[in-house]
Amino acid sequence: MTVIDFLNFHIVPGIVIGSIYALGAVGITLIFGILRYAHLAHGDLATLGAFLALALVQLLGVPPLVVLPFVIVLTAGIAVGIDRVFYDAFRERPKIITVMSSLGIALMIRAVVQVVWGVNTQTYTRGLVRPDDYFGLRLRDREIYTVAAMIGLVVALQLFLNRSKWGKAMRAMSDNPNLALLSGIDNRKVVMLTWIISGGLCAAAGVFLGLNTELKPMMGWSMLLPMFAAAILGGVGRVEGAVLGGLIVGIAEELSVLVLPSEYKAAMAFAILLVMLLVRPTGLLRGKVL
Amino acid sequence: MELALGLANYALFMGVFIGIYAILALGLNIQWGYSGLFNAGIAGFFAVGAYTSAILTSPHAAGRIGGFELPTLVGWVGAMAVAGLVAWPIGKVCLRFRSDYLAIASIGIAEIIRLVIKSEDVLTNGAKGINNIPRPFGDLPYVQSQIAYLAIVIVVLAVVYVAVERQYNAPWGRMMRAVRDNEVAATAMGKDIAFRRLQAFIFGAALMGLGGALFAHFSRSITPEAIDPMVATFLVWIMLILGGSGNNRGAILGAAVVWIIWSVSEIATDRLPHEYAVQAKYIRVFLIGLMLQLVLRYRPEGLLPEPLGGARNAPAATAKATPRNGH
Repeated sequence: MTVIDFLNFHIVPGIVIGSIYALGAVGITLIFGILRYAHLAHGDLATLGAFLALALVQLLGVPPLVVLPFVIVLTAGIAVGIDRVFYDAFRERPKIITVMSSLGIALMIRAVVQVVWGVNTQTYTRGLVRPDDYFGLRLRDREIYTVAAMIGLVVALQLFLNRSKWGKAMRAMSDNPNLALLSGIDNRKVVMLTWIISGGLCAAAGVFLGLNTELKPMMGWSMLLPMFAAAILGGVGRVEGAVLGGLIVGIAEELSVLVLPSEYKAAMAFAILLVMLLVRPTGLLRGKVL
Repeated sequence: MELALGLANYALFMGVFIGIYAILALGLNIQWGYSGLFNAGIAGFFAVGAYTSAILTSPHAAGRIGGFELPTLVGWVGAMAVAGLVAWPIGKVCLRFRSDYLAIASIGIAEIIRLVIKSEDVLTNGAKGINNIPRPFGDLPYVQSQIAYLAIVIVVLAVVYVAVERQYNAPWGRMMRAVRDNEVAATAMGKDIAFRRLQAFIFGAALMGLGGALFAHFSRSITPEAIDPMVATFLVWIMLILGGSGNNRGAILGAAVVWIIWSVSEIATDRLPHEYAVQAKYIRVFLIGLMLQLVLRYRPEGLLPEPLGGARNAPAATAKATPRNGH
């Protein structure tokens, strides 16, 4: 196999799927770091975002990328709503109760998707998309958009976290909640912002997964393990770690087909998760261990 | 007369399933109720048990290993052993950390088990599954055979119940609850927390394996599609939480209540016209998820609270949460 084939068949798909994982993993790492629990409904929230985009695409007859901003806002709102209606009641209880609640929410969101959109596989657009040739690299437009959107959203998020007042408040809550609360940071606003950002990025992950593969009710759930593996690999609470982790998990999955039967692609994320917990639970970029 | 016979048959069928789910709920009670471990991969251990017992006891078939035709009892013991063995590495890696990590890893192991079952034809015969699994007293006429199997399930459940219940007030059970409620204090008392949690995780997983084996021998066959992994895992959780986590009688009661609601509502929705029946199935899943939210919020101690007055919500639980917020 030549170098260019290796890039085309393994590295490019790995970077594309890795970017999608990264978008989800950033939300997981923020929730894990700031709210301090594992959000098991994250994958199914992404599914919901993807199907909301499908509804808008079918309704308005425009490409999915046009409706993406609306879907991000809509899903962010839904995430805030779920937190207000369900998770908020468990704030004073042990965190594991919220983890359990989120498993129930995952099932409920999936049930809603299955009732409203059915169980069949769907796509945003029909027909095959031929890749364009860039000096031997074969890239599809949607793949370029996926990676570009991931980079754009993450850079915007980093600017927000590092420059703005509320971004700094979120980082303070993540680093030391007691000190942050003492210095007068409004916990409710931080929680809401965390959900807006995580929910919005989650929707983007869902839409791009639907754009690059196809839409089905289990699409998000099967993404949950890679997203958590990415968050833990990068270091819990570290946004740039989640991006790095997502890309590594994505590329590792695509490379695993060289040595393993392709059915076991999904096992790669699990292996990475266990190895990281075993040898370096703080992750590559020294995140938290809860 | 025919209706009465049909109802009696249905009751027998339901009784067997309640018994199997009660064993799963008791296994989860050791993990969650006694020890505070979050296992979201119950269906994985269930499947491991079902397939292990099926391989050990079924007659020879072309294209896959097996055909050992061992006695059913050997199959069940093997199911428990292999399920425990699968639990060991996961517990070993994850139990040093907060239960969130175990939750993720147990979802992962259940996925891997599902992948292995689907793709390793030599082991599991792939999508076709393993058939001709012997059922004890399976040669009897249908109704008698059902009654006999229900009796067996009740005996197994009774043995499991007595074994688990004895541990509640035994030194081991008290120690586990101490580890659950205040791990700092338990460590200070010299308890090896990670090792004790690992014990509880493996015991619980072995019981889930036994539940899977009982299911496989009752159905006489096991396929990858036999149970919906998420729904089955979730049903066991709601059974334990609704019944009362930490209380073994509560776990059994929860299994009975939830299974009756679940299967009676299935009969109701199956009578709907086809175009609604499929959607009604998912509405049931939605409602069972909603039920968990409501029980967790308004009656976290369940129908039969843990003896000693719900120590989980007492100040001990807050004391457990506080130091964790610190770092």
